[in-house]
Order: sequence, then C-alpha cells, then structure tokens
Amino acid sequence: MNSRILAAVAAAAAAVLALTGCSSAGSGSDPNNPNQLEAFTWWASGSEKVGLDALIGVFGTQYPGIEFINASVAGGAGSNAKAALASRLEADNPPDTFQAHAGAELDDYIEAGQLQDLSSFYEEAGLTDVFPTSLISQLTVDGKIYSVPSNIHRANVVWVNTSVLEAAGIDSTTAPETMDAWIEDLQKLKDSGVESPLALGTEWTQMQLFENCLIADLGPEGYNALWTGAMAWDGPQVTKAVDHYGQLLEFVNSDYSGLDWDAATQIVIDGNAGYNVMGDWAEAAFSQAGLTYGEEYTTFPTPGTQGVFDFLADSFTLPVGAPHEQAAKDWLRTISSAEGQKAFNLAKGSIPARTDAVATDYPAYQQTAIASFGEDTIVSSLAHGAAARVAWSSAIASAIGKFGGDRHPEALINALVQAADDAAE
Amino acid sequence: MRPSFRTWGPPLLLLSPSIVLLGIFVYVLIGTNIGVSLGDRHSLQPAENFVGLDNYIALLTEERFLHSLANLGIFILFFVAGTMAFGFLWAFLLDKGARAEGVFRSVYLFPMAISFIASGVVWRWLLNSAEGDRASGLNRIFESMGLGFLQNSWWNEPGWGMAAIALPAVWQLAGYVMALFLSGFRGFPAELRDAARIDGASEWKIYRHVIFPQLSPFALAALIIVAHMSLKVFDLIMAITKPIYQTEVPATYLWIALTSNDYAKAATIATILLLLVSVFIVPYLVHTIRRERINP
Repeated sequence: MNSRILAAVAAAAAAVLALTGCSSAGSGSDPNNPNQLEAFTWWASGSEKVGLDALIGVFGTQYPGIEFINASVAGGAGSNAKAALASRLEADNPPDTFQAHAGAELDDYIEAGQLQDLSSFYEEAGLTDVFPTSLISQLTVDGKIYSVPSNIHRANVVWVNTSVLEAAGIDSTTAPETMDAWIEDLQKLKDSGVESPLALGTEWTQMQLFENCLIADLGPEGYNALWTGAMAWDGPQVTKAVDHYGQLLEFVNSDYSGLDWDAATQIVIDGNAGYNVMGDWAEAAFSQAGLTYGEEYTTFPTPGTQGVFDFLADSFTLPVGAPHEQAAKDWLRTISSAEGQKAFNLAKGSIPARTDAVATDYPAYQQTAIASFGEDTIVSSLAHGAAARVAWSSAIASAIGKFGGDRHPEALINALVQAADDAAE
Repeated sequence: MRPSFRTWGPPLLLLSPSIVLLGIFVYVLIGTNIGVSLGDRHSLQPAENFVGLDNYIALLTEERFLHSLANLGIFILFFVAGTMAFGFLWAFLLDKGARAEGVFRSVYLFPMAISFIASGVVWRWLLNSAEGDRASGLNRIFESMGLGFLQNSWWNEPGWGMAAIALPAVWQLAGYVMALFLSGFRGFPAELRDAARIDGASEWKIYRHVIFPQLSPFALAALIIVAHMSLKVFDLIMAITKPIYQTEVPATYLWIALTSNDYAKAATIATILLLLVSVFIVPYLVHTIRRERINP
C-alpha cells in the first residue's frame, strides 16, 4: 500500500519534470503573424535606449501596422547580448534582425552562413548613393554587404581641457602635427606639474590608444593592410607605433587599468589631465558637465591621423531564417532613412552614416565629425570590432594589457605577430 | 531469491527524476564539453576534425594560460590561508567566551549573504589604485588618517596584485569557515574538557592536545570547500577589474574564449578547471566514503 503511494508520487514528479522540460520559452514572436518585428539589441539603458526609442517612434510612423518586439539584453557593454544571441543562432531561433558592430565583428556569423546578403537591399533602398564609398568598401566582404549601419562614431579624437593646456603655456587652438610633437606637449604639461597629462582607462581604451598610434605611424593604407595580411606586424612602422605607445604610457594616470572610459574622461573634465583619446561618445560627458565646446574643451584628430576617420558603427543585420523577413527589411529601411538616422543620432550623440544629412541639425562637435566623415579617408576601428574578427581583437587586447604591466616591446610585437598568424589560419 | 519490484521499484522511481536531471545536466554536459574540447571548433561553424589532445597541448604551452594559472595560484594561496586563519581565529575567540557572541557571529557571517557581484562593485571602488589627490576608497582612508605611506596600487600591481583580489573574498567567506570551526568547538562534549582539567591540564594544553586534534575533520571540510570555491573565482574578478589580462584567471579566460566564439578553447579550459577541482574533491570523497565504511 505504502509503496504504491510512493510509486505514484514518484511517477507524478517525473511526469511534471518531463513536462516542464518541454515547454518553450515563448518570446512573444509569432512566425505566423507577418506584422511583427523582433529586434535584438544591447541598447537597454542611457542614451542608447533613448536612441532606440526614437528609432521605434520613427518606425511606428513609417510602418504603422507592424508590432515592434524589443528583445534587448542589458549589461556587459553588449557581451551578455552577444552570448545570448550566439545561443539563439545556434538553436536556429534567430531574431528578425540583430544589432552588431559593423565590420569584421560580423565575419564569424558570415562564415557560419547565419547572415543574408543585403547588397540588393542597398541598391533598392538607394543606400549605395548616400553612404560614402569608403564606408561601403569597409563594409563589403567578398563583394557582399551584410549589415546596415544606423550611426557612426569616430575613435581617433583627442579630447582637450583647454585651461589645463593654457596653464602650461600650450596653445590649445592649434593641434600638434605629429605624434612626436604631441609627446613634447605632454612632456611640457608634466614639467609644469600635471602629474598624469594623458588620461587612460581599461583594456579596450588602451587598445584604442594603440590603434591611434598604428594609424599615425602606418597611415591609412598601411593600417588597412595590417588587417588584410598585406602588411607584416613586425615591420619598422609597427615597431615605431609600439614605441610611441610606450612613450604615451609614461604620461598616463597610474590607476588606468581600473577605470572605465567615463572615469578616464572625467579626469580631463576635472582638470587633472590635459588630454584623453576617446571615441566621440565622450561628447555627452563633456556637455553634461556643462562645458562649452571650443571654450572649456576642444577636440582634434589624434596627432598624425589628420585626414583619417577611424570609424565604428552600430548596424543591423538580416539573419538567415528570420521569421519576419519583410518586416525586418522595413526596419532596415527605417534605420537607414534620413528621418530614422536623424532621430537616432540626435538622441545617441553620434553622426548619421548618410552624407546627405544636414549638419546644422546637430550640435557643435557633431558638425565637425560630419564634415570629416564626408571628406576623410575612412578606416575601421580595432577596439570596436570593425577591423578584426572577435578572436583576433581579443588576442590583441590581451597582448596590450600585458604590455601595460611589463612594457616589453619585443614581447608585444611577438604577440601581435602570433595573433595575426592565428587569425590567418 | 530475487528481491521483488516492490522492494527496489519505488525508491528507484522516486530517485529517477534527480538521476535523470543529474545525468543530463551534469554528466552528459561534461561529456559534451570534453567532446568539444577534442575537436577543432574554433568558430561558429561546426567542428570538422577530431584533434585529440592538440587543444590541451596548445593551451598548456601558451604563455597567456600559464599566466592565468599563476594568477589563480596567487589568489588561492591568499584566499585559502586568509579564510582559514581568520575563520579559525574568530571561532577560537568566540569559543573562549566573548561578550555578545551572537552579535559577533552575525557580523562575521553577514558578508556571506552578499553575492560576489554586489560586493565586487563596492570593492572595485575601495581598491581603487589612484593615490594622492585623486585617491578614493581605502587609499583615501589611509590618506585622511595620515597613513599615506600605506597607500598602494592594490590589484593594479602586476603579479602579486592578485592578492588584493583575495581580500574581499576573505572578507566574505572567513565567517563561513568560522561557523564550521565553531560547530567543531561546540560539538565537543564538555566532559572531555572537565576530565582534562581534573588531570591538571592547563587551558592551552586542553586546546593543544584535546580540542585541536578533534577539529581536523572540520578543518579538512573547510579547506575543501574554500579551495574548490577559489578555483571557480569568476564573478568577483568580473566585478572588480572587468575581464582584463592583468587579473585573468582560467574562468575569465574561458568567458573571453567563449564570447570570441572559440568553443574548442573554452571547452578545453573548462575541462582543465574540472580536473583541477577534482584534485581537491576526489580525495575528499574517497576519504569520506572510507570513513563511512569503517563506522557507518
């Protein structure tokens, strides 16, 4: 009798477990309903969320019949979202469109056959005419384009606290022409009593500073050639860039590896450092601190990289097997439209990828970025996934992080060569 | 005489859900993980070839992985020594009869209730390495107390800086070790102490020769628990330093390999971590099983 009851309880428990194992994690997306769009992003907070909301607003007016399903994953500057996305793609359950950094960060998805070619979409939406040709060529992989950028950021910008420079007798209105001239200015600042003239932060900001040195010493063609394998990593120019990077590290705050980019930028805002090399999202930090562009702070392209626009972009894709392909194309049309790009970029503080944008709609710094974007040579940022695939840039990041501790140039160059060899396999 | 289904059936049926769950979510996954680590799946595409131990050889000869192991070693050393020493000291003091024992017990145990992520965020600030005018956290406290010479760069120091990461971990888990030791002290019959006293043993001798030897099972249990926890350290480092080279341990390296789509490498690191944990766990299990056989 007793054992029968036991057996029944056990059977019931086993059945419940089996049932819960089967139930799916319904996400609200219904493949049979064509008027839905599930967009996957890591824009879940701050100006990025404001930007996404602005985009959703434009999408709602352009395509009123389509329900927008926001599948954003917060945290870890996108790394949580990328991990979640990888498991969805692995399980053949892709969203209709997902956010990714434009450029080489997409290579893994492309090689795994997870993304659809959007070249014909570019033709049809007229994007080939409104995006700069050098941007299109950076986005093209084997003659095909797999993503549509919603916004552009620039990573070779020096943010300058003008009063710190003037106190040391440095003219803040003219930028130094070369890396060496800039290092002289840094030395001047240090001699005048500024303990750490150049503000720096955690590993990716170090990588960004290093990539600025690479662009300065190799020029845009040489820098691009590094990523195609046409330029060796142990050549004299890379050695020179490593040398410049090592010299720059002599001027940075000692606690750099523990600071996020915003904490590093804050050092410049507070007047404890003169310079910070940072992407142009730093603009929001300066304007929120109540500083005026051109007076209390100013910017210039990193010395030696004049005429080069080190770009990174957020972009959207069309995965293979997207349940609502038509709606996803509508979304891509919205984010690439003049209206969509304006709404998003005004909210996020970046600049539109379209060259037909009206510069005067934007604040002072963005106007300078829009002007350079139209005329400069565009290269892909390493620190932000545009230049090298994820595994390659993560190997470079670790080599740069190691260099911060041991300051051993040969070891860094060996590690860079090794990383390039591994990536070429 | 074969035992009937009625004898062994119901217990087996009752256990089957957990056997099935454990089987799938622990052992099958361990097996799958080892399978991935023996293949060449270094991207999102499926593995093409069986490569045997190549991934293991590559990893164990890689400077970066050895660096992460060295970091882990420093962390374990300070973490285990710190928790054991403080845990034992506090338990000893409380056992000697401190006033307001309940208060102290809670004070020491409370940090354990906080997740590593939450305390890591606070310790990230406390262990900020800026000195002088820009100092914050502990360095600021030292500065304002006139102990400026104590300021240091904490985990920012290459190499031994990992010891600074052990600081919050010790703070969180020493109370747990204390509770283990205290239960050892308390589980000890009062008659034994009385008997020793009658025999004329001094208070120190009672501890040295009667109580401490009886504590060794508790010490072993505490050591195993703390050591295997330290091998898995991940959240604390993610919160305090973010995943960077300088404070890289195998678990954070695994995360980086996984998020750069190098599944074979991530699986290899996971398997090596599993082996390291079993170095601690297996002898303990063998020891426990043997003891239970002797006196069930």
